[in-house]
Amino acid sequence: MTQALIITAPGINCDLELGEGFVLAGATPRYTHINELLKNPQIIDEVDLVGLPGGFSYGDSVAAGRIMASIMRKTLYPKFVDALRRGVPMIAPCNGFQIAVQLGLLPGPPPGSDWNELAPTPTVALAQNESARFIDKWVEFHVPSNTRCVWTKNLDGAEETSLVPIAHGEGRFVPENDEVMQSLEENGQIACRYGSNDNPNGSVGDVMGICDASGLVFGLMPHPERFLRWTQHPTWTRLAREKQIGDTIGLHMFKNAVEHAKQNSATSNCVEQSV
Amino acid sequence: MTVFRIEVRVPEGSQDPRGNAALKQANDAGFSPSSIDTTAVYLIEGLLDESSVQKIADELLSNPVTEVANTGSSKPHADSIIEVHPQPGVMDPAAQAVERAIERLLGESVQVQTARRFDFHGIDCDEAEKLTRHCFANTVVHEVHTTPYHPTEFPHGHAHNMTVPEIPISGLSDAQLKTMSRDSHLFLDLEEMQGIQAHYKSLGREPREIELETLAQTWSEHCVHKTLKATIQYTGPDSTNRPHHEEHDDGSVTIHNLLKATVAAATFELMEEQVDWCLSVFVDNAGIVKFDETHAVCFKVETHNHPSALEPYGGAATGIGGCIRDIMGTGLAARPIAATDTFCVANFDNEPPEGCLPSRRILSEVVRGVRDYGNRMGIPTLNGGVWFDNNYAGNPLVYCGCVGVMPIDCIEGDAKPGDRIIVIGGKTGRDGIHGATFSSAELTDTHSDEFSHAVQIGNPITEKKALDAILEARDHESGCLFSAITDCGAGGFSSAVGEMGEQIGATVNLEKAPLKYAGLTPSEIWISEAQERMVLSVPPENVKTIQEICNRHDAELCDLGEFGTPKKELVLHYDGELVGQIDMHFLHEGWHGATRVARWNKPEIKKSGANPIDVQTMLPKLLAHPNIASKQSIVQQYDHEVQGRSVIRPFCGPSGGAPSDAAVIIPVRGSTKGLAIGSGLATALADDPYLIATAAIDECVRNIVCVGGDPSTIAILDNYCWPSVKDEESLGRLVRCSHGCYDAAKAFGTPFISGKDSLNNQFTTESGETIYIPPTMLISGFGMVDDIATCLTMDAKTPGNTLVLIGETKSEMGGSHVLLIDQDAACSNELPVVSLTDGPRNAKLVYEAIRNGFVTSAHDCSEGGALLAAAEMAFGGDLGLDLQLEESLCFSETPSRYLLEVTPDNLEKIQEHFEGIPCEAVGTFNDSDKVTFGSASWSLENLFRCWANGMVI
Repeated sequence: MTQALIITAPGINCDLELGEGFVLAGATPRYTHINELLKNPQIIDEVDLVGLPGGFSYGDSVAAGRIMASIMRKTLYPKFVDALRRGVPMIAPCNGFQIAVQLGLLPGPPPGSDWNELAPTPTVALAQNESARFIDKWVEFHVPSNTRCVWTKNLDGAEETSLVPIAHGEGRFVPENDEVMQSLEENGQIACRYGSNDNPNGSVGDVMGICDASGLVFGLMPHPERFLRWTQHPTWTRLAREKQIGDTIGLHMFKNAVEHAKQNSATSNCVEQSV
Repeated sequence: MTVFRIEVRVPEGSQDPRGNAALKQANDAGFSPSSIDTTAVYLIEGLLDESSVQKIADELLSNPVTEVANTGSSKPHADSIIEVHPQPGVMDPAAQAVERAIERLLGESVQVQTARRFDFHGIDCDEAEKLTRHCFANTVVHEVHTTPYHPTEFPHGHAHNMTVPEIPISGLSDAQLKTMSRDSHLFLDLEEMQGIQAHYKSLGREPREIELETLAQTWSEHCVHKTLKATIQYTGPDSTNRPHHEEHDDGSVTIHNLLKATVAAATFELMEEQVDWCLSVFVDNAGIVKFDETHAVCFKVETHNHPSALEPYGGAATGIGGCIRDIMGTGLAARPIAATDTFCVANFDNEPPEGCLPSRRILSEVVRGVRDYGNRMGIPTLNGGVWFDNNYAGNPLVYCGCVGVMPIDCIEGDAKPGDRIIVIGGKTGRDGIHGATFSSAELTDTHSDEFSHAVQIGNPITEKKALDAILEARDHESGCLFSAITDCGAGGFSSAVGEMGEQIGATVNLEKAPLKYAGLTPSEIWISEAQERMVLSVPPENVKTIQEICNRHDAELCDLGEFGTPKKELVLHYDGELVGQIDMHFLHEGWHGATRVARWNKPEIKKSGANPIDVQTMLPKLLAHPNIASKQSIVQQYDHEVQGRSVIRPFCGPSGGAPSDAAVIIPVRGSTKGLAIGSGLATALADDPYLIATAAIDECVRNIVCVGGDPSTIAILDNYCWPSVKDEESLGRLVRCSHGCYDAAKAFGTPFISGKDSLNNQFTTESGETIYIPPTMLISGFGMVDDIATCLTMDAKTPGNTLVLIGETKSEMGGSHVLLIDQDAACSNELPVVSLTDGPRNAKLVYEAIRNGFVTSAHDCSEGGALLAAAEMAFGGDLGLDLQLEESLCFSETPSRYLLEVTPDNLEKIQEHFEGIPCEAVGTFNDSDKVTFGSASWSLENLFRCWANGMVI
């Protein structure tokens, strides 16, 4: 059984649809409350995938994801790093992304370097939208050709139907400086972008989502878990039937990752058996 | 203890969206600072050393990439500064979260307050203070400081010196009883006061304060709906041959319990005749209907008008919060899956009366309140509307609705003797005291001082934690862990425990309730309406498991006492001492339903005006009318995708710029069955309140049908908002409206499953002038969609398709938007009447046509008339349209009409399907960028712009 850990917390509210994404892709969700996880961090050792769902963890008081990240830093960061060394894919949409960047899981160490033992100081931020307002809409979805991201593999975002839903107040991607931005771009760590005329929050470089250098950790502002069926597409009532065949962008991402996790655990099982 | 101060801001030269937004808000309100910098301020009281404070500043309160933090007060770096702090005792949810986070970070327990500092460039301090009060602060809940505020200590409550005051009433005269009722905010009428006096005389003692308060809360209009249940002597047309109406020779009727005789009568008759899917009506916190073999859905709509008039942000937030709790407290708890909101406010250019906030600010704050609460709870806000009329200036209306889903075996619960009274959720404070009696009083310009304690700020995360814990307890592997649940709404514990224990009695230990601060009297604890509290009846053996679940979710739980007493009494203790004892029967049956007189006469209809209507210029004006114009700037702030259930959203069309008629969601994950949610409101027809009911029901049904909902499965809710009904005419209008409810519900086969009335919606100004709201009836409804693949949207799809108008168009234009724009327009001022035979028939036939696949798009033809609705379909689908409508009728708002887009292949089938009823091809879509109609012509872009920019907040 391929297990996907889904971390819930006070104010997290996209956990069930994230679980549905994993189910439709062939994994089994394991919903675990942050308090339970802090008590039993070894749960992370037992799973094949991790999802940090969206929502308003702890009310997004102070700033989105701030308190949740502060709570997780000490105990859970090292466990996540262990899981990444095992090759576990992780997805962090919206509030999850805001948490992941403040927790130090994104953008992570440069290619070829190992993870810090202690959670590093953030080098990118998701700041308040340029409009200072919460905004809910569907936006264009583009995948850079050089991305390493396991989740956005084989998605190019070129279709007319390539839209994804966003719903956030603090999603403006800001790198600490130009060097950070440049290395993300050069290392294929930009996992997806908004359309250059469809940037809803003022993100630098139209960045919608990034991944770590291994491509396993994927943080993004949109909610792929809200686009698992064609009847969730905003203009499905106008789309020709033949365009509504095949996996949606959201489902495609979950399938990519579950497939990766299955191969990953198959490989590690082989290693164990050979020992 | 020391109070530390930390400031967090963006570094100079960086983007400050909050400052930019504040500047825009200031400019919109007519102030002209050159720029505004904003700073988050945290005051922290505790035993901390400097390095800990620095750690808090660096690791918790600021982000090194985008922010800088400093401790203490930085010097003003502008011409003037203002700080906005919460008043003592006002809820500060962010502060609570920071307290918990600091505790986790440092292991230190601290107290926190949050505030916002504004540095203004280009205006002096006086102007800055004026601006702040106009735009950023509300003195009902905020303190405004003109220098950085850094107190040496926080105000702390003091432990209460417990007394159990008795209130001598046995010797009071009638006049004294009346005075007491008003001055003590009991708001009971003389006969009720006399009833209490007699009851306590028979007991041989005086009432205790807590007992009087309990009676006042339980008997408030808000809680028992006295007026709608009263006996009414009514004289007016169409009142014969009605259930529970006793007819007299003079043509008048005696109505025993108006609700039972109209709204409820329709439901019960329909349930006898044809409707077999109503599972619970009028008895629970929400009405419940069957969804499929294993699930039920429920719906509740509430109003929160008076609190929203004083503090729109907190008022609206706690409005939606309370409605969500109703759903959590329905049956054995439902999961909230959708929210709705409808607001009625004055036009933005209306000068607000003294003591009232400007309309634009009210609406923006109300939207912010619904947004912050609904989004944080993770509930999509999917349907609603905004209506403008200057008579809402002092008393805006805020309707909040919520839909829930539950397993079908969880629709009922009953408290059992021996069960523990368990409270889950927020702490109890002095906030919201007298909310139930306040909402039953009328507003005056002194209310913002007198009743500010009835206004509250909600904490959605507290409610979300309670929801998570309660659903886990409901779905526990050993079965539901509680035997009943309800929310603490108006009247607080007194109403919740009083209702749950109505048949069995209850013993309550008030000192057990966790308090926000010390100093509350037992009475205050008992009647506080502090938010986010749910009361559960829990068998003693399950308390431990529920406690564990709550611990895991960081949800607070307390054991307040026990249900069941030998004499079925309500027994209140504080620290072991008896502080109140009330007989349950007297509490629930002792209130007095007065006999009231009501009358209604058909008003004179004004003569037609003479101003010719110019089609070319009228259409853009109508599109820009705030009732009709796009609500995108509001809706986009709501999360309408969360939970991933949305099938039809508030906006549709290729660029998401077309207004959907209703929303469709999937209540049960993995199922293809949908639920369509719609609403109707027709205040402009208030000259005949019968029509505001029938037109609203017709519109609600049309909206649901247009997205593919089955009209034979629609359940509806009534929400009356009325001015005072003390005079015969106003009460007569209420009766007249209720007759409309009964007749239309029966004709459409749409049972009412729940409802609420809010009376006394009026505002008396300083000069003594009373502004009465127009009688307002919101109808909300939901209906089933068998297969979501059959759902439609209203945006035109393909060039070459024909536009077909279903239903007869008549010349009556009373209450139409043309007349709102030009009251002397040359048209009939007669009010349009819903045909109770045509309306249901058209709905059924349109639904069948959609089911059969004959229809490509469908749009409800309502505000603004057929031309406007057709134009919306055209620009919504980015297609041109050539129209051939009857010009003299093109702006008529005759009800029961639909516009359908039909492919050439289906045109004949449609004509056959609608044989014998008006079904007319009125236009053809094309790939031009124009709508043309006779000699008139408009570019799509122009029409869209008028509509998109007509109402922007």
